[in-house]
Amino acid sequence: MKNAIFTIMKKELRRFFGDKRMVFSTIIMPGLMVFIMYTFMGDAMSKQFSVDDKFSPKVEAVNMPADVAGMAKEMGMKVKDIPSDKLDGSKKKVSDKKLDLCIKFDDDFAANVASYDCTKGGTAPQVSVYYNSSSTESETSFNKMTNLLDMYESQMANKFDVNSDVNGTYDVATKEDTTGMVMSMMMPMLLLVFLFSACMSVGTESIAGEKERGTIATMLITPISRGNIALGKIIALSFIALLSGASSTIGTMLSIPSMMVGAEESVKSDAYGVETYVVLALVILSTVLVIVTLISIVSAFARTTKEAQTYVTPFMILVVLIGVSCMLGKGAQKDIYMYAIPLYNSVQCMVGIFSFKIVLSHIIVTIAANIACTGIGVFVLTRMFNSEKIMFN
Amino acid sequence: MEELLKVENLKKVFKLSSKQQKLERTKEKTKIAVNEISFEAYKGEVFGLLGPNGAGKTTTLRMLATLIKPDSGDAFINGTSLVKNPEAVREKIGFLTSELKLEEFFTPNYLFDFFSELHKVPDDVRDERKKMLFELFGISKFAEVKVADLSTGMKQKISLAISIVHDPDIIIFDEPTNGLDVLTAKVVTDFIATLKEQGKTVIVSTHIFSLIEKVCDRVGIIIDGRMIQCDTLDNIKDGLSLEDRFFEIYKENVKEEI
Repeated sequence: MKNAIFTIMKKELRRFFGDKRMVFSTIIMPGLMVFIMYTFMGDAMSKQFSVDDKFSPKVEAVNMPADVAGMAKEMGMKVKDIPSDKLDGSKKKVSDKKLDLCIKFDDDFAANVASYDCTKGGTAPQVSVYYNSSSTESETSFNKMTNLLDMYESQMANKFDVNSDVNGTYDVATKEDTTGMVMSMMMPMLLLVFLFSACMSVGTESIAGEKERGTIATMLITPISRGNIALGKIIALSFIALLSGASSTIGTMLSIPSMMVGAEESVKSDAYGVETYVVLALVILSTVLVIVTLISIVSAFARTTKEAQTYVTPFMILVVLIGVSCMLGKGAQKDIYMYAIPLYNSVQCMVGIFSFKIVLSHIIVTIAANIACTGIGVFVLTRMFNSEKIMFN
Repeated sequence: MEELLKVENLKKVFKLSSKQQKLERTKEKTKIAVNEISFEAYKGEVFGLLGPNGAGKTTTLRMLATLIKPDSGDAFINGTSLVKNPEAVREKIGFLTSELKLEEFFTPNYLFDFFSELHKVPDDVRDERKKMLFELFGISKFAEVKVADLSTGMKQKISLAISIVHDPDIIIFDEPTNGLDVLTAKVVTDFIATLKEQGKTVIVSTHIFSLIEKVCDRVGIIIDGRMIQCDTLDNIKDGLSLEDRFFEIYKENVKEEI
């Protein structure tokens, strides 16, 4: 019996690894594409939402007090005073992205501020800052200017300071906390989707493809049991899907610095120890078994690979939704019975693993539930292989 | 003579889809593909199943090969019931049909080894058998070429070799010369004769009269799923050519004009 399973496995692996194009498209390409895509996205987003370090906002101002102008100059802004009748022209320039900002202070702004008593009520002196949110430069200039004005206001009525020590560390989150938060939000969904995509391509080809080509019938007339054929295929496909999933995961890990611009130091994949990766590998392995079994069953219903992929697509959407659940929740599920639900349990386990909160009972229940689910799946697939209606429909 | 195969009242009914109902021009929701067929085959005998397309020959052979299950009836291969113990039956038979395809990605050499492993053939026996069969069918010269790159005739030769990797007692051939060129068809016909000489029992389904006349000892004529006649070739022919006799039998049993 063991030999028969091994023989089927060897054949499936030989079929896969003997085809260089298949190896490239299933194992190398996903990792490469994920790395290129996320790196490109990270770079593009950072360019989209940040400006050059040497950027110097161009500002036109009406009635800007001298001390504010001095602070603006210190912050690298190029301020040009303009008369109030040219304000509309300035606004037009901001709208046309020819100017970063224009700002209007009330007449006698400094004197009005000095005489204004907030306890008596009344209208406070006004500052109007015009900017263009569709321009990154203008938006950045607006943020700088409002910060500057906040500082100016604080200087005038300084009663207390908040986090004034520039060398002090006020965010007490550790690198582990930050890494855990980011990775547990992102990685479970990505891993599940990567694994499902990998299983989808190899699983449909191996089951529906063999039906389509008529090669599975040749195996069905040999004396080995159909359960062994099912098991041999599932183990081999799981191995291939794991390699593909690993490729995508490595691609994601390598592209994290580009995706997390500004947080490269806080988010580190090496924050996890070997034991974490071992537990993660066990959860992933059991998850892959469930996915491969599910896809194999769906593929067995189909007459062609194309038909199988059509049947599997709704499951892909379901998997994405399950993956997204990890982004919405506050950490991993605490109720142990939730870990008996295949795929959802894997995502919740991964959330726990990535946020450094491994609960052994959750892991055990997840792996046990996934193996039980695979067992039921193998039984169903065997029945399907025995069904002439399904195999020769 | 030693009875190796005994077929008892095999019956198979297929459900017809609405599309099939239109094609068959019937309102019946089911079709009896094989209607309680019985026959025997003996050691060292070539038994031919003769009939027109759609008569039930292939369905009968598919049941014997355990690819599909009979709705009723049973068949016994050397005493083993195919209904009760299909896996044991698969060990004893070899089945060749155009319906069974070989993985085109692999070479004949690998496929022979793969199917030998599935049939639990020991390595030394496998190597000896591979050498003999590859030489017999002239496969050696393309043994390391992927099946995808081979001609239909070459593929059929490989299928032949692979169907008997385990040296079965009973070999079932479904339309073995269909679509083959004359040279490959001759190789197949000669091989059936060789198997007979070796004392193997061969079941051949075909609608080619010359093949039946050349290799078969006994013949079963199937029309509309029923076994109309089952006898020695000479008794069936009854002094006529097989072709003329077949059409006589056909006219007696089918109301439609030929």
